[in-house]
Amino acid sequence: MHPFDYVAATSIAEVNSILAQHGNRARPLVGGTDLLVQLRGGRFDLDAVVDIKGVPEANVLELNGALKMGSAVPLAVMYEDQAVRDAYPGLIDCAELIGGIQIQSRASMAANLCNSTPSGDTICPMIVHSAQVNITGANGDRTVAVEDFCTGPGRNVLEDGEWVLDIVFPAPASGFGAAYERFIPRNEMDIAVAGAASSVTLDGSGKITDALVALASVGPTPVFVTAITDLLVGKEPTEENFVAAGKIAYDAVSPISDMRGTIEQRRHLSGVLTRRTLTKATERAKAG
Amino acid sequence: MVATQEYKVIGTRPIRHDGLDKVTGRAIYGADVKLPDMLYGFVLRSPHAHARIRSIDTSAAEAMPGVVAVMTANDMPEAADELVDLGEGAINFSHASDHIMAMSKAKFKGHPVAAVAATSTNVAREAVAAIKVDWEVLKSAVTVDEALAPDAPVILDGWVGDDLGEKSTKPNVGSHFRHEFGDIEKGFADSTTIIEHRYDLAMVHQGYIEPHNGTAIWDQEDRVRLWTSTQGAFTVRTQLAGILQLDESRIKVTPTEIGGGFGGKIPIYVEPLAAILSKKSGGKPVRILMDRPEVFEATGPTPGGWVSVRLGVKDRKIIAGDADIRFDAGGFPGSPVGAAAMCVFSCYDIENTRIDGWDIIVNKPKTAAYRAPGSTHVAYAIECIIDEICEELDLDPIQFRLDNASKEGTRRGDGPIFPRIGNIETLEAARDSAHWNAPLDKNPGNGNVRGRGIANGYWFNVGLKSSVNLSVNTDGTVMLIEGSTDIGGTRASIAMQAAEVLGIRAEDIIPTVVDTDSVGYTDVTGGSRTTYATGFAAYKAAQNLIDELTARAATIWDIPEDEVVFEDGKFSSKSDPELSMTFKEIAGKLNETGGPVSSTGAVDLENAGGGFAVHICDLEIDPETGKTDVIRYTAVQDVGKAIHPSYVEGQMQGGAVQGIGWALNEEYFMSDDGQMVNSSYLDYRMPTSLDLPEIETVIVEVPNPIHPFGVRGVGEPPIVPPVAAIANAINDALGIRLREAPMNPGRILEALKEKNG
Repeated sequence: MHPFDYVAATSIAEVNSILAQHGNRARPLVGGTDLLVQLRGGRFDLDAVVDIKGVPEANVLELNGALKMGSAVPLAVMYEDQAVRDAYPGLIDCAELIGGIQIQSRASMAANLCNSTPSGDTICPMIVHSAQVNITGANGDRTVAVEDFCTGPGRNVLEDGEWVLDIVFPAPASGFGAAYERFIPRNEMDIAVAGAASSVTLDGSGKITDALVALASVGPTPVFVTAITDLLVGKEPTEENFVAAGKIAYDAVSPISDMRGTIEQRRHLSGVLTRRTLTKATERAKAG
Repeated sequence: MVATQEYKVIGTRPIRHDGLDKVTGRAIYGADVKLPDMLYGFVLRSPHAHARIRSIDTSAAEAMPGVVAVMTANDMPEAADELVDLGEGAINFSHASDHIMAMSKAKFKGHPVAAVAATSTNVAREAVAAIKVDWEVLKSAVTVDEALAPDAPVILDGWVGDDLGEKSTKPNVGSHFRHEFGDIEKGFADSTTIIEHRYDLAMVHQGYIEPHNGTAIWDQEDRVRLWTSTQGAFTVRTQLAGILQLDESRIKVTPTEIGGGFGGKIPIYVEPLAAILSKKSGGKPVRILMDRPEVFEATGPTPGGWVSVRLGVKDRKIIAGDADIRFDAGGFPGSPVGAAAMCVFSCYDIENTRIDGWDIIVNKPKTAAYRAPGSTHVAYAIECIIDEICEELDLDPIQFRLDNASKEGTRRGDGPIFPRIGNIETLEAARDSAHWNAPLDKNPGNGNVRGRGIANGYWFNVGLKSSVNLSVNTDGTVMLIEGSTDIGGTRASIAMQAAEVLGIRAEDIIPTVVDTDSVGYTDVTGGSRTTYATGFAAYKAAQNLIDELTARAATIWDIPEDEVVFEDGKFSSKSDPELSMTFKEIAGKLNETGGPVSSTGAVDLENAGGGFAVHICDLEIDPETGKTDVIRYTAVQDVGKAIHPSYVEGQMQGGAVQGIGWALNEEYFMSDDGQMVNSSYLDYRMPTSLDLPEIETVIVEVPNPIHPFGVRGVGEPPIVPPVAAIANAINDALGIRLREAPMNPGRILEALKEKNG
């Protein structure tokens, strides 16, 4: 492994300064569950690694109508917060199935997003919770919708010197429910062959006023299937409608065949998981 | 002596002697070895599955600060073209040398081409990256069928394999042999039901947690010292001597504790490289430690390939069997196809049989032994076809197996006549088990479906050579020195056999596994032989010790030796009841009555007792995703005599679990250009504890008549039936026959789609 400097930053300015100094030869570190593995595996070399876990603004977890979650907040800190659990069920589904307790106590959602693999378990749930990503850097701040963040496998909108400070999730409407499920052949220790996140908002009469579906591991980036929203809004949350949504998902994805699964298997799973997560999100929406 | 006898120590469950060190992390494994001035080695490996080396330029690596030595195949001594038996598999030294470092051509991805010793692993890795190889990439062949195709590339230059006694005309045939008995044509002509299918399996790895390692010193007097984790220190010494062209007496191998082997830690890989780098470093110790991708890509998995079996049945009797077994050996000949042929028809008494075995060279890592090597493959084919026969003829799957079961006097498919075996008793125990008699709700109501499968399996086990030394301490304990590395609790099982003879507690024996200078030759811990053969050596050593102590008692009491008897742990006089000493009492008197007492025991056992395992498996499958969960699993096995039942059960469970992984998800997933693309535990998909139920065990004891306590080998039979048992359970649940392993969710979905349209 190529030698690199490790810097435990304590302020936004310090992170900005080190990233600006090294350009693409430096990266921020949170849990390191991807970064250290990639460095040790020789995927790329770095001159500096900036640990942002000591930056106070990156550790904020604030539920005040909307949820503001700093980029260094570990998954376990989030899922142990009962108010967050109640409001953002899709996030809890994914946070609890990533890794074991050690990984969950170290890894963060924002860092999983920045790794930008199509199989990232947190990204699709964030999409169906309509998250906004706040990016900072020496050249200023900007905000990007989470569905626009990833641009390809391992690639995203961050420019050299930019990093994610926090992610904001709007307050869920009443009658909102969400769910995430992934398919793996084993029960743990695996990367999604396919994953689906769904959210559903029901009005007082039980009709769908909004439905969002995003799919993991079935394209070069997470796939946000807006055609399903178009299909379901105004309709009843029935099995038949959700099967139809699954058919849209089957056609909307563009998976590859690899060691984890085949194209046909992933298309099929996209349909099945879309139907299953829409059903579970609806149950949660009804349960309030 | 047979196992119907009452024992004091055998059959109990004492805490293993090495347990505390292992659970507290104090035990020394290969990677724990650290010596003064030690250098760190790293290996440059071929990025191509098949490529000629035009030239290697190591100058940039040699010039790097911290680099002490760089080697290529030019530094390997020229080894003899000679075949040497290693107990479980054999080795040709010239192939082994070329395998350990490629001379002119890489034959698989990961084939070593150069190595560096440096002051740190990081420097060694950077130096390896600076070595330039000019490659001529060649067409590769990674499956049996590709390697036998008319346009297949020549993988091993100059090799001509044996094809039924003739020179093979196909370049990649390692060998082709045949066993034929009876009249196969007549057998099938007389059959009223004939079923034939081909079963394919992917290459799979043993998946031991500890990577291969070696720390070596080659000093100025041409003495080599090596520390390594291995299944057999003496076998390592034999291999090193052949590859380094040194006398065995110049080599001392110290086996560390071993973090799993399953057959894969019989061959050596990095050990000779560490030794040569040490020599080139002026005798400094060099340690090489593989990482996980190196283990997957460049050690010895078990072959992929296919097994085609045809069975003919008349009046509920199998009267004809024909098998064609083709294994991919890897870049050099030597797959376990011979063992597969010994096993394929072994559960059945079939009058007319023919077995063809093909060992095929392909551009994949050279295969090694893996727990009952080859038997799982053939059981997958025959046990599924047996299930199909039962389905077609509406027969009970256990009764049909019992009606056709091999027994004492049956001729095995490769010729030998079975001695006393426990096939029938094992099948009967499965038939009578709680699991087989429990109802299975095939539709549990959650959308999933359930199915039950059963399969039988056989492994012949081996005997071979072992040595044990015993010496008595004055406190009444006994030091037991052995050469068998302890993988599955054999310190305990060997000590218990000595304790039984000596009439003392297992805890009063202190077993130590020593280096090759310190005990007589001992073959590998493999072939399920250690508790059987090294236990036999311990039994003999203990008998010899009793003889010595009997003589000493006679001296102490001043009576004739034949007046002294040893019974129930006590020496006593036949004529004078006052004269009596316990083992501990006589031990306390040794130093004053003539000095220390010690003994040795050595065996060279030609035969062993074969073992049968019948497994019952319940699965729950999600038909929408193909997800398969094993919800209940029972392993029934004839072990002869369970010396330490906990470790016998552990072996039965471990074998079952490895077989379950093999059946469901494990495989070498190869890219089109011959690269293994899933060389990590993340993507290799071995089962975790969350993927498995408690594996229930039923121990059957049909004593092995040629062992003093009736022991048969235990470790290998339990990996034989699982793949077939799972295939049969999938068929029971979904009505689909999967004839390619792994039977993963994608394949289940494909088969369901084909069935349902």
